[in-house]
Amino acid sequence: MKNGMMKDKTKEMIAAYAFLTPNLLGFLVFTSIPVLVSLGLSFMKWDLLSEKAEFVGLKNFIDLAKDPFFWKYCWNTVYLMAAIPISMAGSLLLALALNQKLKGKLFFRTVYFLPTICSGVAIFMLWRLMYNPNFGFFNVMISNFGDLIGLKLTGPNWLTDEAWAKPAFIIMSVWQSVGGYNMILYLAALQGVPRDLYDAAEVDGATSWQKFWAVTWPQISPTTFFIAIMSLIGGFQAGFDLAYIMTGGGPNGSTMTIIYYIFDNAFNWYHMGYAAAISWVLFLIIFVITLLKWRFYGSSIHYT
Amino acid sequence: MVQSFIQSEKMKKEKMVLVPLSQVMAMAVGTKRRFAWKGKIRLFLLTVLLTLGAISMAAPFLWMVSTSLRDAGQVFMDNKVWWREWVPTSFVWQNYVKIWQMKSVPFAMFYLNSLLASVCITFGQVATSAMAAYAFARLTFPGRDQLFFGYLATMMIPGTVTMIPVFILLRALGWIDSYKALILPGIFSAYGTFMLRQFFLTLPKELEDAAKIDGCSYRRIFWNIILPLSKPALATLTTFTFMGSWTSLMWPLIVLNTHTKYTLPVGLAYLQGVHNTDWTLLMAAAMMMILPILVVFLFNQRFFVEGIKLTGIKG
Repeated sequence: MKNGMMKDKTKEMIAAYAFLTPNLLGFLVFTSIPVLVSLGLSFMKWDLLSEKAEFVGLKNFIDLAKDPFFWKYCWNTVYLMAAIPISMAGSLLLALALNQKLKGKLFFRTVYFLPTICSGVAIFMLWRLMYNPNFGFFNVMISNFGDLIGLKLTGPNWLTDEAWAKPAFIIMSVWQSVGGYNMILYLAALQGVPRDLYDAAEVDGATSWQKFWAVTWPQISPTTFFIAIMSLIGGFQAGFDLAYIMTGGGPNGSTMTIIYYIFDNAFNWYHMGYAAAISWVLFLIIFVITLLKWRFYGSSIHYT
Repeated sequence: MVQSFIQSEKMKKEKMVLVPLSQVMAMAVGTKRRFAWKGKIRLFLLTVLLTLGAISMAAPFLWMVSTSLRDAGQVFMDNKVWWREWVPTSFVWQNYVKIWQMKSVPFAMFYLNSLLASVCITFGQVATSAMAAYAFARLTFPGRDQLFFGYLATMMIPGTVTMIPVFILLRALGWIDSYKALILPGIFSAYGTFMLRQFFLTLPKELEDAAKIDGCSYRRIFWNIILPLSKPALATLTTFTFMGSWTSLMWPLIVLNTHTKYTLPVGLAYLQGVHNTDWTLLMAAAMMMILPILVVFLFNQRFFVEGIKLTGIKG
């Protein structure tokens, strides 16, 4: 009897490792070992062409702290995250609207979801053309509107003007994310708010406005927190694809983000050690945000 | 998830029965009647606002379609009258033929490469993730929890951290500028494993236990019980993985050099470099890129919505 149990256990173990092997091999080769190598690399100097990497200690990190470009691109990354609160507010408003007894809800949801689903190079190319100062969608609309009210209006040089490139990116990001994942999450959260809370509020004579702030908002706060944290984590890693297609990081580096800087360092200039060091700083930022999430999610936030 | 969805649908239907009732009540009480009217006006205004919003969401797409159908010379002429911005003076369907026949840019190759890479990555990722997820969810073996924690821990590490060493490794192997380099690293995903494990844990164990008593091997349990029960989760992972690899730009950009090996995103960037001012061509090509995604989305909307709720966040 005992022997049979042992046999079963061994059998199960063998089966388990057989199921695991393909994924585990890939995990070791393409994820876990590279993480360690990358950490080692961040203390080295290597241009990919020379035979050996040279150990430089903390030099990469010290250089990084003194690198004005790094700080500028950090600021850009944070600036571009202005899209997050705008888009979140929009998502919540849309979810509130779509949570009513409306006709054509599915149609609206589909249309609002389209920009999210069609993300990628094709859409960034489209927006680059839409931002064209002379013939693009926005400036033609602006001048047509000017004609309508009898004024001569000219739009800005969206993507080639340092003052306008970041706002242009933010407008695009909001368009792309407002009706997407966050709206669906909010919609699910709204549908989870217990009906009797509203009934109780109505009995007390609460207005819609009061009901929102006293019932809805606290009830959906875990979702708000979750979306904010995930957007923050995403935001620090964002900005490559659209900048690569729309501006190439310009004008004058005003749309360069941390991740673009890593890409340039590693794959254009072959500063492998330096690029690894930046990626570890980025990881550290994300790690701190993740800790915050673990610390607060579910504890101090209202949860039913 | 699906059940709660059905339940909420049911509740909605019950509420709809209640609406006329409350209106009847409102007829009886004068003040309530005014509220009912107010509610109707509110809903109407809401619909108007939502429609305006939907128009601004769809406008860039419409503009894209109309630009892709213009005569190249008309792009800059057509915007003198406001509605010409939307309706081309002549519909040049030829643009959609032209993109496949460009001498300088092998667009058809980009398409095939993208299709090949996306299909391989999606299939590989779903297969290896499902297998590993089964081991994590259902089998006991030494080191399971530690290993799973290792998977979880790497999920928050940004892709850029591992990208550099993986590139160095592939370069050392002489695989740069090959399909292997394009596809292999994408096949293994801690995220997919995690998501499927969570789903497998929710499946009832009774069927498996019965199968085990009948002497079923683990392989058959996995194939004949677990996988068929997990179709929604597998479909969700498949959809997200496919979309992810179809639009992925940075990795192909890093490992590919020869332009006949480019995938669509890199190919479009290349096309933009070569035909910088040829707007009609660029938009026709962009349309061709989003078309498959649009089709997948319109037919599988359910999976997207359920998938987002299931995993809480994009893949």
